[in-house]
Amino acid sequence: MSTVSTNHGEHHHAHHFDSAEAEYEASKFGTWTFLVTEILMFGGLFVGYIIFHQKFPEMFHAGSKFLDWKLGAFNTVVLLISSLTMALSIYYAQHNDKAKTLFNLYVTLICGGIFMVVKYFEYTHKIHMGLLPGALFNPQGAEAEAAFAAYSNLGMYFSFYFTMTGLHGSHVLVGMGLIAWCIVRTHRGEFSSKYWTPLECVGLFWHLVDLIWIYLFPLLYLIG
Amino acid sequence: MASAPGVNYLNEKSGLWSWLTTLDHKRIGILYMISVMIFFAIGGAFAMLIRYELFAPGSQLVDGATYNRYMTFHGAIMVFMVIIPGIPAFLGNFIMPIMLGAKDVAFPRVNLMSWYCLMIGATVAFISLFYNGVDTGWTFYTPYSITTKNGTTWMVVGAFIIGFSSILTGLNFIATVHKLRAPGMSFWRMPLFVWSLYSTAILQVLATPVLAITLVLLLMERLMLVGIFDPALGGDPVLFQHFFWFYSHPAVYIMILPAMGVVSELIATYSQKTIFGYKAIALSSVGIAAVSFFVWGHHMFVSGQSEVAGVVFSFITMLVGVPTAIKVFNWTATLYKGSVKFDAPLLYALGFLFLFTIGGVTGIILAVVGVDVHFHDTYFVVAHFHYVMVGGTLMAIMGGIFYWFPKMFGRLVHDGMARLSFVLIFAGFNVTFFPQFILGANGMPRRYFDYIPAYESLNKISSIGAWTIGIGFLVGLFVIIHGLLRGEKAGPNPWNSRTLEWQTPSPPPHENFITQPVVTAGPYEYR
Repeated sequence: MSTVSTNHGEHHHAHHFDSAEAEYEASKFGTWTFLVTEILMFGGLFVGYIIFHQKFPEMFHAGSKFLDWKLGAFNTVVLLISSLTMALSIYYAQHNDKAKTLFNLYVTLICGGIFMVVKYFEYTHKIHMGLLPGALFNPQGAEAEAAFAAYSNLGMYFSFYFTMTGLHGSHVLVGMGLIAWCIVRTHRGEFSSKYWTPLECVGLFWHLVDLIWIYLFPLLYLIG
Repeated sequence: MASAPGVNYLNEKSGLWSWLTTLDHKRIGILYMISVMIFFAIGGAFAMLIRYELFAPGSQLVDGATYNRYMTFHGAIMVFMVIIPGIPAFLGNFIMPIMLGAKDVAFPRVNLMSWYCLMIGATVAFISLFYNGVDTGWTFYTPYSITTKNGTTWMVVGAFIIGFSSILTGLNFIATVHKLRAPGMSFWRMPLFVWSLYSTAILQVLATPVLAITLVLLLMERLMLVGIFDPALGGDPVLFQHFFWFYSHPAVYIMILPAMGVVSELIATYSQKTIFGYKAIALSSVGIAAVSFFVWGHHMFVSGQSEVAGVVFSFITMLVGVPTAIKVFNWTATLYKGSVKFDAPLLYALGFLFLFTIGGVTGIILAVVGVDVHFHDTYFVVAHFHYVMVGGTLMAIMGGIFYWFPKMFGRLVHDGMARLSFVLIFAGFNVTFFPQFILGANGMPRRYFDYIPAYESLNKISSIGAWTIGIGFLVGLFVIIHGLLRGEKAGPNPWNSRTLEWQTPSPPPHENFITQPVVTAGPYEYR
C-alpha cells in the first residue's frame, strides 16, 4: 500500500498527542503490544499441549481421529478469506471507498459467523458422543469406547481440544463484536484516507485470531 | 489550552462523578492511591490477626482452618492488590508522564479501564469471603486448589481480572515511554524512575498473560474437570507450579523494580548530586527484568524437578545478584560526598538500602540448592521475602508518597512526624522479621497456625514487632491526612530537584505544564 498517503491531515486527535500522525503511531504500537500478550496467553496452552503430546503421543493421535479434518480445513479457508477481506476493507477505507469498505467488513463478519456455526456443530457432535474433557469423558458408540479402552486418559486430548478451541472461539466472538463496531462507524462515515486507526487495529487483532487458528488446525486435526 | 493560574487537576472539576470518569492520569493515580491504601489496611489487618494467633502456641483466636483463610487473604490482597499496583499504577501513573514532559499517558481511557479492572477484580475476589473464604494460600497450588470446596473460584476469577489491570497499565506505560517523550527527552535523559517503570511494564506485559492462562486452566479444572493439573487424570500438578512461577517470579520484580526507581530519585535529590553510574542503574533494571524470566525453577527445588534443572536455576538465580548489587553500590556512591539532607523520604530510601540488602543476600542463600532443601517452606523464606517486599517495596512507597506529596497535593507533610513513622516501621520491621530468620533456620515451618513451645519466645518478639509496624503505618496515615488538611503550602520545587515534574506548579495543571517543556539536559545535573 505504498500509494497511500499517511498524512492524516486535519483529522481531530486527542489532546495529549502532538498530531494525528503521532496518535496513529501510538495506537498501532499499543495494539501490537497487546497482541504480544495474546501470544503469551495462548503460549501457555501450546506449551501444555507439547508436554502432554510428548508424554502420550498415541493417545493424542487416537483422539485426533475423532475430529473431522474436512470441517477444520473448511474453517481454515473461511478464516483466511476473512483475513483477506479485513485487509481489503482497510485498503478501501484509505481510498475513501465507503461502499467497498462496508462490503468487505460485512464479508469478514459473515466469515466469522460461519466459523462459529461450524464450530457449534463440531461441539454438539463431540458432546453427543460423550467426547468431553477430562473426568467428564464418557464415550458413546463402539468406536469411541474402543479408543477409550486402549487409552484410559483419552479425555485429556479433549481437555486440550475444548480449552484451545474454546479460548480461540471466544476471541473470534470478540473480534466479530469489534468488526460490528467498525461497521457502525463506517456507516457513520468516520473512516477515510485521513483516519482509519480503529480499522487497522481491529484488523491486526483479527489477523492474530486467524493466525492462531492456523496453528490449532494442524495440531488438533492433522496429527492422527 | 493553557490553564488559568490557580487552576490545577484537583480543583478543575468537582464532584465524585468527575473523579470516577476522569481520564487525567493524575486523578487516576489518586484513585489508585485511595484504593491501594484501603486494600493495604485490609491486608494489614489480616497480618495483625496472624501475628496475634502466633503470639503463643495453641489456639489464641481462631482454629487452623480460619487461620489458613487469614493467611491466604493476607497474601493475595498484599500481592495482587497492594504491592503490584502500588508503585507503578499509583506513583508511576501520577509522576511518569510529567517526568517525560507528556500531557498524559498514551491511552487515557485504557488507563481508567485498568483501575476499574482492579476494582471489579478486587470485588469478585472479596465475594469469596461469602463462600467460606479461600484456604489455598495465594499460590493456589494444585491439586488442593482443585478439590477445595469453597470460595477459591471467586478468588481465582478476581485475580484473573486484576491481571488485566496490570497488563493494561504496562501496555500504556510502554507506549507512553516510546511515543510521548517531550522534545529533547532522549532515552538517556529519562529519569531512573521511568527506566524502572519501563522495565516493569515489559514484565507486566510478558508475564501476566501466562498467569491469565494458568488461572483459566485452574478454573477449567475446577468447573469442567479437564485434568491437565490432576494426576488422577494423567495430568501433572508440577506443571501448574511451572506455569504459576513463570509469572510469579517475574512478578516479584514487578514489585521491586519500581521501588528501586523511587529510591534512585530520592537518593539523587537528597544528595543534591549527579547520580553515580546513571547508565549502569538504568540498564541494570532492564537486566533484572531479562534475567527474571529464567529463574522460576528456584521455587521448585523440592518439587521433583531434575537435579540438572535445579543447578541451572540456582546459577541463574544468583546472577540476579549482579545487577542488583550494581544498583546498591551506585546508590551508595551517589551518597558519598553529597549534600545529604536527612528528610523523611531519604530515611525511607536508606531503610530500603539496609533492608533490601539483607533481603537480597538471604535470597542468594536460598538460591543454593542444598541449603534450600533445609530452608524450603520455613520461616526463613517468610523473613526473606518480607525483607524484600515490605523492607524494599513498602519502604519505597512510603518514601515516594512523602517525596511527591507536595507535587500531588501542593502541601508539605510534617517531616518530624514522617520521620517518627519511619523509625516505628523500620524498628518494628526488624523486630518482626529478623527473629523469623532464626525461627526458620531452627526449622519452624511456614503456613502453620501452631508451633512447638521451643519457638515461643521468638514468636512473641515477632508479634510485638508486627504491632509496632502497624502503629508506624497508622502514624504514616496520620501524617498524610494532617498534610492534606493542615500542611504548609508547597512551592513548585521544595526539594530543589532537577527532574521535570518539579519544573511545573504544585499541584500541576490538567495538561501538566503551562508551556510544552523542551529538555536540554539530563535529569540529575546537580553539580
